[in-house]
Amino acid sequence: MKLRRDLELIADWIRPGSHVLDLGCGDGTLLAHLYESKGVTGYGLEIDPENIARCIARGVDVIQTDLDRGLQEFESDGFDHVVMTQSLQALHFPDRVLEEMLRVGREAITSFPNMGHWKCRLQLALGGHMPVTRTLPHHWYDTPNIHMCTVHDFERLCRARGYEVLERAAVDRHHRATPGARMLPNVFGESALYRFRRAG
Amino acid sequence: MPDTIPADSVGLVTEQRLAFDEPLALDCGRSLARFDLVYETYGELNADASNAVLICHALSGDHHAAGYRDAADRKPGWWDTVIGPGKPIDTRRFFVVCPNNIGSCKGSTGPNTVNPDTGRYYGPDFPIVTCGDWARAQERLMRALGIPCWAAVVGPSLGGMQVLQWAIDFPDALRHAIVVAAAPKLTAQNIAFNEVARQAITSDPDFHDGHFYEHDVVPRRGLMLARMLGHITYLSDSAMRAKFGRELRAGRLAYSFESEFEVESYLRYQGRQFVDRFDANSYLLMTKSLDYFDPAANANDSLSAALSPARARFLVMAFTSDWRFSPARSREIVKALLDTHKRVTYAEIDADHGHDAFLMPIPQYLDVFGAYMERIAAETAGAEHAA
Repeated sequence: MKLRRDLELIADWIRPGSHVLDLGCGDGTLLAHLYESKGVTGYGLEIDPENIARCIARGVDVIQTDLDRGLQEFESDGFDHVVMTQSLQALHFPDRVLEEMLRVGREAITSFPNMGHWKCRLQLALGGHMPVTRTLPHHWYDTPNIHMCTVHDFERLCRARGYEVLERAAVDRHHRATPGARMLPNVFGESALYRFRRAG
Repeated sequence: MPDTIPADSVGLVTEQRLAFDEPLALDCGRSLARFDLVYETYGELNADASNAVLICHALSGDHHAAGYRDAADRKPGWWDTVIGPGKPIDTRRFFVVCPNNIGSCKGSTGPNTVNPDTGRYYGPDFPIVTCGDWARAQERLMRALGIPCWAAVVGPSLGGMQVLQWAIDFPDALRHAIVVAAAPKLTAQNIAFNEVARQAITSDPDFHDGHFYEHDVVPRRGLMLARMLGHITYLSDSAMRAKFGRELRAGRLAYSFESEFEVESYLRYQGRQFVDRFDANSYLLMTKSLDYFDPAANANDSLSAALSPARARFLVMAFTSDWRFSPARSREIVKALLDTHKRVTYAEIDADHGHDAFLMPIPQYLDVFGAYMERIAAETAGAEHAA
């Protein structure tokens, strides 16, 4: 099965044989791929019951958990990588979760839709309404995405909290790293991916 | 039994019996010179004996887990919801074994059977048995049936504790451990409920210090009270409210101490039913076994250290409204496994039924359970093919 391209990017960042925690692991696609292709061990955390059954069907070790409750069940430094794809913006306390990711894991990997993309900027600046795009198809009143941020916002938070960004990828709707997104990630990146750790 | 046997039922079942002559050393220091186990099986054992599933029963459960004993049987076995063709534990793919535990009262050696050494009922002299003793007795059964390793050991509640015990004591004899609505040990509150139940039984004048068989009586009132109390803890507040509310049987208050509210009559009915099918000495033993279960006690109170020998993959399931063994208790088990990087899956099933939810056909529960068993069946079939 072909892996979604952003997951492929993330998989490339993960060392073979490492112990991985995937927050909001969905149907377990990424972990199943990592188990198989990289000899990785580890767990997915997921809240949706249907996804739990899908993970099980794939042989992924999934723990049904509400991420907003934190990761208190996990000991510090238990994982090599803690991954969270496209969930940051849907959390009640994204900053606390980032902090928790770097407590239980030596490195964190996250991705999120970039509110700084030019289409979002245009819709808000000229249209005067909250952006609705193919990456962000919801309206303001029914969106699960309650904490939107831009590439700029995220990096500012990293600096403020003392996180060192190890790698960054800004990609378009098809999760391709276009030249524009490489040059001006906060304008041409529809999604951004980061690998980061605590500095020092 | 319904007029026609449903397609997803194992149908008519017959109990089997095996006698074991080698002494069984018990945790209490005593031993049983010989013992019988009654059990039921469903499905067929495959050629390399790799598709066997052991079911461990809970406090008042028995070996009759699925199907019907005869045409007059009103209800199927206690876990018929999950065992049968097309059900999560699919009997077209698995060979399912469910024994009655020693110390219980449904045919295996227990207080209501005759001690061959004395020719009298064991009664209160039956040794207090533990989950460890049960696992050892079940392991004898496993060997007698020619099963080298269980595809899965599965159990709810007190049965889930036996599953943990198996994973610790016989790490190479099971590939998967499925722990449903259980706990790593009882809380003080749990033990307190058990103590009230025991007091109800032992203070009944018909108990005769456990020798009631010789007096040809049964401590009915005590056992009934014990069951009524237990039953309250198996249901959630909201399930009771939904089922009974404050409905009155006669429609109006009678200003008497007769059973007036529907919930009272329900509990009395449950209690009376139980007296006819369960032994008071066994009830005492079962509650003691629950109280004593605490694998971490032998490992400096560290559950993860206690579970460190385990090699099985785990599926842990809990139910949101279960307050007897709440999801938080199951998460203690999960945490202990996570800390030592064991393979574990955890599902928290949204259910309103309280502890009893493990008996109910809740779609999410059956889906998760079914998906997991399906996975085991696939790997079992794969291994068989390779061999």
